[in-house]
Amino acid sequence: MQQELRELYQQVILDHNKAPRNFRKIENPTNYAEGYNPLCGDNVTVYLLIDENNIIQDISFQGSGCAISKASASLMTSILKGKTVEEAEKLFNKFHDLVTDKLGDNFSVDEFGKLAVFAGVREFPARVKCASLAWHTMLNALHNKNEKVVTE
Amino acid sequence: MSVRTDAALPSVNTVYDVNRIREDFPILKQIVHGKPLVYLDNAATTQKPLQVLKELEKYYYTMNANIHRGVHALSQEATEAYEGSRIKIKKFINALGKNEIIFTRGTTESINLVAQSYGRKNFSEGDEVIITHMEHHSNIVPWQMICEERKAKLRVIPIDENGELVFEEFEKMLNKKTKFVSVVYASNSLGTVNPVKKIIDLAHSFNVPVLIDAAQAVNHLKIDVQELDCDFLAFSGHKLYGPTGIGILYGKVNHLDSMPPYQGGGDMISKVTFEKTLYNELPYKFEAGTPNIAGAIGLGAAIDYVEKIGIENIARHENNLLEYATEKISELKGLRIIGTSKNKISVLSFVLENVHPHDVGTFLDFEGVAIRTGHHCTQPIMDRYGIPATSRASFGMYNTFDEIDVLVNGLKKILEVFG
Repeated sequence: MQQELRELYQQVILDHNKAPRNFRKIENPTNYAEGYNPLCGDNVTVYLLIDENNIIQDISFQGSGCAISKASASLMTSILKGKTVEEAEKLFNKFHDLVTDKLGDNFSVDEFGKLAVFAGVREFPARVKCASLAWHTMLNALHNKNEKVVTE
Repeated sequence: MSVRTDAALPSVNTVYDVNRIREDFPILKQIVHGKPLVYLDNAATTQKPLQVLKELEKYYYTMNANIHRGVHALSQEATEAYEGSRIKIKKFINALGKNEIIFTRGTTESINLVAQSYGRKNFSEGDEVIITHMEHHSNIVPWQMICEERKAKLRVIPIDENGELVFEEFEKMLNKKTKFVSVVYASNSLGTVNPVKKIIDLAHSFNVPVLIDAAQAVNHLKIDVQELDCDFLAFSGHKLYGPTGIGILYGKVNHLDSMPPYQGGGDMISKVTFEKTLYNELPYKFEAGTPNIAGAIGLGAAIDYVEKIGIENIARHENNLLEYATEKISELKGLRIIGTSKNKISVLSFVLENVHPHDVGTFLDFEGVAIRTGHHCTQPIMDRYGIPATSRASFGMYNTFDEIDVLVNGLKKILEVFG
């Protein structure tokens, strides 16, 4: 595999694509939203269970999409569980800056943890939407907006 | 590249020299991600031969002027070239007269023209318009729009698992309320070639006019509008090795004469006062404004090129490529071909069990292979098969058997990574 491709399709991404975490429905979610990318047909529904202290007790997703979008949703749900709503919003912004190349190389892998694997997406402008669909949908769910997120 | 010539095809006298043809397409020499370009996205658009590029250059270098207006030399030269192209197209599809050939922006605009002009005049509440489940969005949405406006009903002929029309359903659907049938000649995402002659004859027995969307058929099948007896036929230049932004609407004179103009403006009038405007004669009534003159001339050059090679020769070559590719990719584990009609144009859509088409597209791009991934503007087909998208390889006159090997090897690598 060529270098750029290897950076896009890192082992972590391939693993999460094959065995996505939190790939299920939450029966009585406090928040949920649907996201759709009409260009490629990817769709995702993100479910959240937020308690009275604004802590994300549970988060899950369902839908269909490419390896990048599935792995992104899977890693996002793994990372956000136990975080506060405010922290989730902050992470959204950081993730967004990472994949849209606003940070350049000025980011530390420690800060992003597993999310750093998505840095490879920067080289593939056509695939940024794949990585960010689940995150946009999560943000909409947090704000309990019922309209569908559409990215293209 | 080494190429299988037509040794296996006894009925052919001339050898199909694909290497010679490739010389005419400079873009095919490109390197993509360090690999030679393998262009297998011909159903989206075809590449343009030097003969077309030179004609476009010649137009802008030596004769650029507005047509049908000036008395000066350039304007006359441009008008002659533009109208000369119309005559080439008339001959190419064997229309009765050049007044039946209308230049548009492409297939989409051609269909919209008929829906907006013919449909608005002739459809009323309770009327029915029939299309098929395998239409491109461009042969769905224009009919939905006019049906909604006129309170008419849009009906859809279903397809079976192979991606073929269920003809009996069409027979049942036709009735006194049917006002129009619009059908794709060859499906862009399944490859299926529809029995359009049978459809036209049956619709005519109910006095219903038929539009044929020939966007994908025109570069592969010999089209004779008089033999088909279709009422309208639409296609684009850019899928026929011509420029983008130019297309054709063929229509029978009696229909076109009775239809109101689609757009108003210059060139479509014979006399304008603030009280009343008299419209120009056919085909100019439907060509408001300065058209894509260079595009029309380029399309004429593309038709010359295709006819020089011979559409039957191109079709035979593409059929051989399709057969070879179908056989080769069928050997891959977990691969399913979408669209398995016996009668197909050279379109090969498929899904892999564990790999999303988008990932397939990105990986193949790194092998230099350009294919299309997505819903191909045919979302109802994706829903029919319960899939979000497919990967689609589509072959043109310049593709080789070696290129198919590159595609198949690329797919093998993908299966290893995602395995």
